Amino acid sequence: MEVLKNIEAPQMRSDLPDFNPGDTIRVHVKVIEGEKERLQAFQGVVISVRGAGLRASFTVRKISDGVGVERIFPLHSPSIAKVELLQQGRVRRAKIYYLTNLKGKSARIKEKRVSADKAPKK
Amino acid sequence: MLGLIGKKVGMTQIFSEKGLVIPVTVLEAGPCRIVQVKTAEKDGYTAAQVGFEEVLERKLNKPEKGHLVRHGSGALKHIREFRVTADDPVKSGDTLDVTQFEVGSRVDIISTSKGHGFQGVVKRHHFTGGKETHGSKTNDLPGSIGSSAWPSHVWKGKRLPGQMGNKRITASNLEVVKIDADRNLLLVRGAVPGGSNTLVVIKPSYKSTKRAGR
Repeated sequence: MEVLKNIEAPQMRSDLPDFNPGDTIRVHVKVIEGEKERLQAFQGVVISVRGAGLRASFTVRKISDGVGVERIFPLHSPSIAKVELLQQGRVRRAKIYYLTNLKGKSARIKEKRVSADKAPKK
Repeated sequence: MLGLIGKKVGMTQIFSEKGLVIPVTVLEAGPCRIVQVKTAEKDGYTAAQVGFEEVLERKLNKPEKGHLVRHGSGALKHIREFRVTADDPVKSGDTLDVTQFEVGSRVDIISTSKGHGFQGVVKRHHFTGGKETHGSKTNDLPGSIGSSAWPSHVWKGKRLPGQMGNKRITASNLEVVKIDADRNLLLVRGAVPGGSNTLVVIKPSYKSTKRAGR
């Protein structure tokens, strides 16, 4: 196991903010189109964070033109340029898959009240 | 090129330069030492006998110790043979390590698969089995295994219950993704038979060398 950790360690990222299920985040993804590379933002609610070490991943859900879209990102992927933590949400579960069945008003998540020094910078 | 003997460490994933996830198996391979070179004159065929993993001398039995001491290779735990051609420059005492492989080259990996014991057809051959409910009593049975008067016997190769796993398996044509010479590690794409700490033999792949006429 120690050997596997040593292999994973150099690829792990520590520059991303600490976010949890229920939080609203904006993920800036590197998109390669032919020769050019540009950034694409994906903003939504984190509904799941799973896995450990380099194999960890998270799922972000957003409503795009009235259609729910869920996207799974590897947490340590070099394709993620930046993650912005926009709002921390108060949820009681580690996986908020129940959001998939809700829409409109009931699909809202209450904002977590945190002390000013811990709150994400807007 | 000779192969290597090593051990399976486990699986993980790494990111490629493009940012794609590559599933890899980590193998701890070598350093191996050539114990004995077999020649056509003396042994009737040409091969190199290769040893892996140094152990205390007292861990070996007398015949093993005698063989290894006679060839001056020190106490080694595992010994395997690799066929060579007569003009291959191999001599006993040479050390082999992961640097002989290149990133992007293909290898075959021979190891022993995980043992599952004596298993029925549902687990062993993915038969459907019978109904679990509605009064069914054929839950996990193979059903008919052939006709009656003709052919009067069960066809050879008929899939039936039996030992599953714990068998020598070759995973062929796996891509070498990364080499760590300092730690004797070889990362190959995809899965390798067996659990962690299984002894593996790594050879240049048959498909990319011999069959391709190289």
